[in-house]
Amino acid sequence: MRILGRREFCRSTVFSGGGLVLAMTLPAFAGRGRTGAASPHAAPAVLNAWLKIGTDDSVTVLVDRSEMGQGVYTALPMLLAEELEIDLERIEVLAAPVGDAYVNPLNGGQITGTSNSIQDAWEKLRTAGAQARLMLIAAAANKWRVDPAECRAAGGRVTDARGRSLRYGELAAAAALIPVPKQVKLKPASEFRLIGRPQARLDTPAKVDGTAQFGLDVKLPGMLYAVIALSPTLGGRVSTVDSAAAERLPGVRRVISTSSGVVVVADHFWQALKARGALEISWDPGPNARLDNAAFWASLDHTAATVPGLAAKMTRGDTARALKDAAKTLAAVYELPLLAHATMEPMNCTADVRADRCDVYVGTQVQQGAQAAAADAAGLKPEQVDVHTTLLGGGFGRRLEVDFIPAAVEASKALGVPVKLTWTREDDMSHDFFRPPAREEISAGVDAHGNLLAFSLHITTPSITARASPATIATDPFDSVIEYAQNFPYAVPNYRLSFSRQEIGIDVGYLRSVSHAPNCFAIESFLDELAAALSKDPLELRLALLAGRPRHIAVLQEAARRANWGRPPPGRFQGLAFMEGYSSHIAQVAEISVAGGALKVHKITCVIDCGQMVNPRIVESQIESGIVYGLSAALWGDITLESGRVRETNFHTYRVLRSNEMPELDVHLIPSDAAPGGIGEAAVPPVAPALCNAAFAATGKRLRRLPIGSHALVSLD
Amino acid sequence: MARITVNDKTLDIDAAPDTPLLWVLRDHLSMTGTKYGCGMALCGACTVHVDGVAVRSCVLPLGALEGRRITTIEGLSPDRSHAVQRAWIELDVPQCGYCQSGQIMSAAALLRDHPRPNDAEIDAAMAGNICRCGTYPRIRKAIHRAAELLAPEPKS
Repeated sequence: MRILGRREFCRSTVFSGGGLVLAMTLPAFAGRGRTGAASPHAAPAVLNAWLKIGTDDSVTVLVDRSEMGQGVYTALPMLLAEELEIDLERIEVLAAPVGDAYVNPLNGGQITGTSNSIQDAWEKLRTAGAQARLMLIAAAANKWRVDPAECRAAGGRVTDARGRSLRYGELAAAAALIPVPKQVKLKPASEFRLIGRPQARLDTPAKVDGTAQFGLDVKLPGMLYAVIALSPTLGGRVSTVDSAAAERLPGVRRVISTSSGVVVVADHFWQALKARGALEISWDPGPNARLDNAAFWASLDHTAATVPGLAAKMTRGDTARALKDAAKTLAAVYELPLLAHATMEPMNCTADVRADRCDVYVGTQVQQGAQAAAADAAGLKPEQVDVHTTLLGGGFGRRLEVDFIPAAVEASKALGVPVKLTWTREDDMSHDFFRPPAREEISAGVDAHGNLLAFSLHITTPSITARASPATIATDPFDSVIEYAQNFPYAVPNYRLSFSRQEIGIDVGYLRSVSHAPNCFAIESFLDELAAALSKDPLELRLALLAGRPRHIAVLQEAARRANWGRPPPGRFQGLAFMEGYSSHIAQVAEISVAGGALKVHKITCVIDCGQMVNPRIVESQIESGIVYGLSAALWGDITLESGRVRETNFHTYRVLRSNEMPELDVHLIPSDAAPGGIGEAAVPPVAPALCNAAFAATGKRLRRLPIGSHALVSLD
Repeated sequence: MARITVNDKTLDIDAAPDTPLLWVLRDHLSMTGTKYGCGMALCGACTVHVDGVAVRSCVLPLGALEGRRITTIEGLSPDRSHAVQRAWIELDVPQCGYCQSGQIMSAAALLRDHPRPNDAEIDAAMAGNICRCGTYPRIRKAIHRAAELLAPEPKS
């Protein structure tokens, strides 16, 4: 596959010029494409918002979700190709521009997040493929003057009953003129030839020879390179800048103050970086000059103790009363630290601002947000900005933010040339939108027979959505706070789920699996505590509380079977965790040992039922990916603040899992014909509780505060 | 001005001697397959070969490279035919892909020194290359697979 550059696409379509707007109404396309389509070197015919077919049989699929490793540049074309009846290898992928057709209604925008790209595209892209197929068939039938019902499409050709055959490339221009069929019948699963079968990723070849284009790789004619000096104190501002020394250095073109910080523009990145070191900036530290971990934890503890919390609608029964009446009660508090996303590719943006338009080249998970941020910074209207989405060198939610875009735009506007602004790793790590800290308090009560009567989870944490989407929070204050807990799967007659919002003075953001991770950590750790208190096996306790939920039970039993639950090798200990989220069901068993005060992870067994799979090969790699991300976070992930500054600056102080620390993985996918669930984030949350439950088995010590690496462990052996 | 050899081409580079090789490759030569990840030789995204040895180009100043032979991901093979690239494709190793040029260059250097590496040798050679997508299990399998591809045909 070639991943086409956006400019190439613009040139190759009849809609030349900057503002490419892909309307949904096909007649408009067809009408404009008609003259061009007749010539032998015609522009490809546009069959719908996602599909173009050239006279040379080239098939281009516009993918409206950002490729950040999760495989959308393969899985989404598969959905369309399944119904279009073409081979996957024939497809060239192009990142979709900003457009109404590309909105993901599940996310309320053209947004890649919440692990729902497949859920959103499942009907939409299969329908688009089927409509295009029917239009190609109708075009052939018109040409042959036969009933379309006598024609069939396969392998990129339409064939009729007499054996006549035309290639899609020969039919596409005429097909684009056919009205879009309103009613299409999609294939039943039994007829899938691509969906559900392992397929090679379309983006792999470009990712093994250095040709894959990430944001950092963008190069435009006349482009200059920029770095930015950001306030060392989060929330601080520039007071004064003396740039004289910096501006005298070789290659430096300009130093400008932007809305986000002081930008140095030079002929090359290295020159800009050296010049940044020569800037004399005095900073106003702003309101966070005394913010540190002790301060924000004190605020969370104080609020948890004094604010009763807003009860979510899942609350049922009378938990307070049931706790009072219980024969036995148990309570625990769990604490989760700030985390950095730490994508491998640091934040960057290339902007090319002209008098009446602006192009931004950026790895983003939010095309409309990027467009709006660039328009704002350029003083243009959003429709004057074209967003060219590159491959993303990791997203994990970090690229849902657009904070790194305005400075690039402001610099390009000031200098009148394209500017690529690159954050250093240190900029990236210390100016992240961190996963918020959370304090989670659970109380539970059982009757004299050990039956669970009451379960209360009180979450105290900042709200990400209050900043990121105030409109959402107006109707749902619990957004992105109560995930997993809102689907609390364990049978209990009295359940209270409550949230006390406590901000900590810095911006927090969505990080892979968002609140599933803290809530899963608390709930699944507590289930283990409950089992120990009741002298029950943690697996048996869960199975009993999940009676009547076959998908939940199946993943737990299969994980236990594969991991040889209850019979670990000598010197090793096991821990179990479950999660339901993203319409997927997942169970993990961790196998660990403890030596030298530290926990060593030997094996993670993971079983997932994510409903109908599109590409099991990608599902498997995403589960592996989630486990690795979860391991880094559980073992060492900890962003700490001192005087409003982030202490961790690079990978020596923010430790992440390396290949030599990788445990054995056993990932098993349960086949299912249920609706597709999400797979990009689901494997992250169970890792920490599975590890901590195993640590309890090994040491008798409950680890209620992450990361695990902050505890000294002593084996019971 | 420094004269270096990159992928068998001898080039005169007009950049300050303290410019790290990484930025010479990326900005001066437009060879962007080699990636910036940390700038401190901590993550391995910038790994290239200098005289056949895997090194972190982000901390290697141009001034120290006069007359040295540099190989980047672009020069590993003209057509993705290097055994490591073939194995990477066969096992669909990359996810986001950003770290993979560095991973591949580290793996290629490993296989030159250890044509049949065991897991411990793989760990030692690859521990300096971070992947946040967690492609480690596939990298290990792909290195073993590349070793198979490189093995001489058994004589019958």
